[in-house]
Amino acid sequence: MIETLEQTHTRSGARDGQLTVLNPQGFPPRVSPKDMAPRLDTLEGKTVYLVDCRFDDADLFLQQMQAWFREHLPGVRAELIQLSSVYTRDDPETWEKIKATGDAAIVGVGH
Amino acid sequence: MTIDSKYGVPTVAVHTNVFERVVRSVARVNGMPRARAVFVPQPVMGKTARELREYVDGNDPVTGRPVMQEVIEGLTRPFDAEDLKKMVYERTTPRLVEPATEDELQRLFLDNHWTDTLPIILPTEERVAEMLAHTTHKPDEVVGHMRPTHFREYWEYTVEKVAVNAVMAGARPEYFPVILAIAASGVSGRGSTTSSAAGMVVVNGPVRGEIGMNSGTGALGPYNHANATIGRAFGLLSQNLQGGSEPGLTYMGSQGNNYAYNCVTFAENEERSPWEPLHVTHGFNASDSAVSVFSGCRSTAFTLGLRERHWQNHVRNMLRGMDPHEQPCLVLDPITARQFIDRGGLDTKDNLVDWIYNNACMPAGEYWDYQLIQNYIYPRATYGEEPYASKLKAAPDEMVHMFKRDEIEAVVVGGETNGYWRIFGARYGKTVSVDEWR
Repeated sequence: MIETLEQTHTRSGARDGQLTVLNPQGFPPRVSPKDMAPRLDTLEGKTVYLVDCRFDDADLFLQQMQAWFREHLPGVRAELIQLSSVYTRDDPETWEKIKATGDAAIVGVGH
Repeated sequence: MTIDSKYGVPTVAVHTNVFERVVRSVARVNGMPRARAVFVPQPVMGKTARELREYVDGNDPVTGRPVMQEVIEGLTRPFDAEDLKKMVYERTTPRLVEPATEDELQRLFLDNHWTDTLPIILPTEERVAEMLAHTTHKPDEVVGHMRPTHFREYWEYTVEKVAVNAVMAGARPEYFPVILAIAASGVSGRGSTTSSAAGMVVVNGPVRGEIGMNSGTGALGPYNHANATIGRAFGLLSQNLQGGSEPGLTYMGSQGNNYAYNCVTFAENEERSPWEPLHVTHGFNASDSAVSVFSGCRSTAFTLGLRERHWQNHVRNMLRGMDPHEQPCLVLDPITARQFIDRGGLDTKDNLVDWIYNNACMPAGEYWDYQLIQNYIYPRATYGEEPYASKLKAAPDEMVHMFKRDEIEAVVVGGETNGYWRIFGARYGKTVSVDEWR
């Protein structure tokens, strides 16, 4: 039997018409810091991977970004690469490849 | 963030502007609050090459600065003091809310996004204790973990936390083992997906009668207290125990979903079903009590009965009306369930599912062109994952199955006032024992 608010008020010991209630939220995990990779001095002569997340026509957008690099920064090698599978899965093979053969990454288009 | 922090590759992520709050929040809770992000207008999907080039040449709609300037700076600008701060923070959830009047507390819960915006029953210690008295499990026992979307962190919750949300939903204490079983599934009824998903719950076994759930006339709502409040509890506990369901932050459903108010929660009409109950299909005994929890409930196809001449085409039409990335769950009045046997000889649920699987087909070219198939299935196919990889070999005009056979479910519910039935697009998650939570 669910008691009335008046009964609750009396039992909770709250004063002046106040109630004591429980917080409904769960328990979040601890947040630990992660280091970002050092930034580059310049992009000139570097390989930048444009990483297609394979979501909502991201590939078409990154093709336009690749074209921008060709026109504005021809000294940058802008390479398109697709995630191996769906964006919800980690892709260590692709990350390893970028690390081994590239200098920076632009990942898009996320949501 | 993985490639930046774990693989040491300087990275900039490009997002659409409507996700700014989400992006900042996810970066913070993943320990990289200063992760480099650049925004372009929403949407990218469906835009021409020229329009997308304008995005690239244009300004970030969040900062007003040129997109490519931000991209290049994100990869090359040295870290500043703020970047180098080591941020560690413990987040705690106090057990109690500061005492206040009833009106103030109703307002506080609403303002904190702890409700579905309808008035709640305030979770006093006494009410929560009464809820807790209906399980043998201790209040501090961990029930499970939940998150609103795959890129957010899992939150943890205890028996007491589930009880608090059950009280808020207006559930009676005797419903509590059912609500605990739903919570133990770890399936969220408040997914953050832009597709506006709701949960769905089917209750099977003796507990249906014990707590007065409805599997007959009006079972899907809103005419039964147990169905209504257990489903509401599923929604509330999801949003509060997973770390929120706030539009623009932890909920991104573009249109929203009215099904989310009570997460389509009902009991199966086992007594009038010609087939095995849903929980038996998923490995339980008929005498067990269990909940089967679904996510992603949104689309609905509907018709009346099965006509003698064209019923097969009618059902095929319903299936073809679904997005092939959905997972069909047939929700059949007992009248129609028996018609599937009378018309088609589908005398077992296995036979029914076989028929649905074999008749839900479309040309491969159309199938692969669906946006959700492009987003979620095509990448898996090119990765070599079956059965998608084989399906990818089909010629454009070749008919392919829309759904995987093991993703098709069927449940019988309704009071036989007529043979109406529906197909929900809903993703089966898990069947959990209620008895273990008594």
